[in-house]
Amino acid sequence: MVKKEYLDLYYQMVVIRRLEERAAELYQQGKIGGFLHLYIGQEAVSTGIISVRRPEDRVITAYRDHGVAINCGVSAKEVMAELLGKATGCSKGKGGSMHLADVTKNFWGGHAIVGAHLPIAAGLALGDVYQNQKAVTICMFGDGATNIGFFHEALNLSKVWNLPVLWVCENNKYGMGTAVERASAVPEIALKADAYGMKRDQVDGMDVMKVRQVAARMIEEIRAGGGPQFLEVFTYRFRGHSMGDPERYRTPDEVRKWQQDDPIGIYHNYLLEHNIATEDELQKTIREAEEEVEEAVRFAEASPEPAPEDLFKHVYVSETC
Amino acid sequence: MAEMTLVEAIRRAMDEEMARDERVFIVGEDVGKRGGVFRATLGLYEKYGPERVVDSPLAEASIVGVGIGAALYGLRPICEIQFADFIFPAFNQIVSEAARMCYRSNGEWTVPLVIRAPYGGGIGGGLYHSQSVEAFFAHVPGLKVVIPSNPYDAKGLLKAAVRDPDPVLFLEPKKGYRLLRGEVPEEDYVVPIGPAHISRPGRDISLFTYGMMHYYALQAAEMVAAEGIEVEVVDLRTLAPVDRTTILESVRRTGKALIVHEDNLTGGYGAEVAATIAEGAFEFLDAPVRRLCGPDVPGVPFSHPLQDWFMPNAQKIADALRALAAY
Ligand SMILES: Cc1ncc(C[n+]2csc(CCOP(=O)(O)OP(=O)(O)O)c2C)c(N)n1
Ligand SMILES: [Mg+2]
Repeated sequence: MVKKEYLDLYYQMVVIRRLEERAAELYQQGKIGGFLHLYIGQEAVSTGIISVRRPEDRVITAYRDHGVAINCGVSAKEVMAELLGKATGCSKGKGGSMHLADVTKNFWGGHAIVGAHLPIAAGLALGDVYQNQKAVTICMFGDGATNIGFFHEALNLSKVWNLPVLWVCENNKYGMGTAVERASAVPEIALKADAYGMKRDQVDGMDVMKVRQVAARMIEEIRAGGGPQFLEVFTYRFRGHSMGDPERYRTPDEVRKWQQDDPIGIYHNYLLEHNIATEDELQKTIREAEEEVEEAVRFAEASPEPAPEDLFKHVYVSETC
Repeated sequence: MAEMTLVEAIRRAMDEEMARDERVFIVGEDVGKRGGVFRATLGLYEKYGPERVVDSPLAEASIVGVGIGAALYGLRPICEIQFADFIFPAFNQIVSEAARMCYRSNGEWTVPLVIRAPYGGGIGGGLYHSQSVEAFFAHVPGLKVVIPSNPYDAKGLLKAAVRDPDPVLFLEPKKGYRLLRGEVPEEDYVVPIGPAHISRPGRDISLFTYGMMHYYALQAAEMVAAEGIEVEVVDLRTLAPVDRTTILESVRRTGKALIVHEDNLTGGYGAEVAATIAEGAFEFLDAPVRRLCGPDVPGVPFSHPLQDWFMPNAQKIADALRALAAY
């Protein structure tokens, strides 16, 4: 990795953090409606994994998707505009926070029906096998998703058919208000891959460099034809499940403890300790990231709403159907 | 009597039924300590404990499936599906299992099960948190489908559902959880499953609706009353089995019918009401039966204006009433 790449990862993580902090403010001001699930605390997971994908590798995730979108190269402007439901958003305002997508960036979207996108990921990977493409599909989901049938069907099938999927479980300890050990018979989620004879690993999701390293190895093994693999990433969401979560299921102490392992702070120190960047350079990067986010907010607020007739567009491929 | 919101009335119904009958228990995602996403079960975990207010893993097919099994056993489960949009993984359990048990066993096996699910748009939920799902289920013999429009009915209908020997899908208008308020008696009462309710009598047009749209229907009826159009608002309350008698009697009196629902038009529940009228009150009609429904698009979009254009409201209903009155 060259210095610019290191700094770029830092930049992406700060953009995600700042974008979501601003989104939370806009939500409180009533400018963003509906449901808003923040990724704050988990930035190193998608940043690390997506940093080692090739352009032909697909990424698909659940509704906690702002970070994934940014890492895939969707602009902060298009993400913010989508959060505000504007016509300039990456889903033209139809989707909102949970349904960001941009297939030109090989980002196949956030998905709000928990677990439903796992079989779809397998199908995307099947397409690559069918067409003799050497691409990998990266499918991300939460710990809660591993308890629904879709998960088990998709893992089983992907192994039987030797599909090139990297299954990434972001274990942030809770599915909404339910702790993993209260919902999963096997709290060590990676072990679920054993039931499907799948190669698996686990990694500290607060450390972007560790995530990157493990993901790089797994993705290349999958690309070489080794079949699907399963990665459990240990992480934590610093904010509630969504805005307005009373968080009665965990203590402020627990949250504080995890916040000491802030993924941005850890990476910041890493860059300094390894003499990759100076404090000044990092501060400059932060300012640039903040400027991009402020520009995105200005853009989103000034953008037009969708037009009434957009409601009826794209029900079918042919508008005259 | 106390004034309460729709969600409070629903909570009260469950509380009273759990106190009355030990076999009644609740199962769903985060229904325990968290009290459910919409707080419908708030406080019940503290009162009845984790054996009777059961947090389940994220697994809708099994939430309903274990409900069916426990109901066959003789318990009285109330299954909560967090949003109606998430009910489809459980579709097989509801349609092929719950609804068919009594029939396949010649009445020997019964499934006294309640499935509660918040439905509908207008809260900015977007494509996967706003759907109306009643048409899929009202089609299924063996299953009862109930949708309350106000706190009084919600308490009485939910209590009736818990006591009903058949599976009942109880759809709750989530936009109305805190918006819909009304007087609710402290004491035990049931509102029977089946009969519709004429919530506003009138002689010019019959307006058939249910759930959240009932609220806007009453507003629209009030708006056009000022112009001399007298609308009879019929709250269907139960979609299956439907109260055809009340529908037909109303149309025979007014000669005109408007059906309003938020679910999309084609193949929607309004088609069943329209067919009922065509078959049973044809000679009394002074105008074609009209439907005002959600548009035929696959989901409720997120953006505020798009959502507003999707949703029927008092203004749109009033316009439809005026057009029908002028026919
Ligand atoms: C099929 C389905 N059931 C329930 C829900 C409601 N729901 C949304 S997120 C969530 C918890 C998911 O937890 P997890 O998979 O761990 O993801 P996290 O929120 O922690 O990122 C639940 C129950 C849903 N969206 N889809
Ligand atoms: Mg989780």
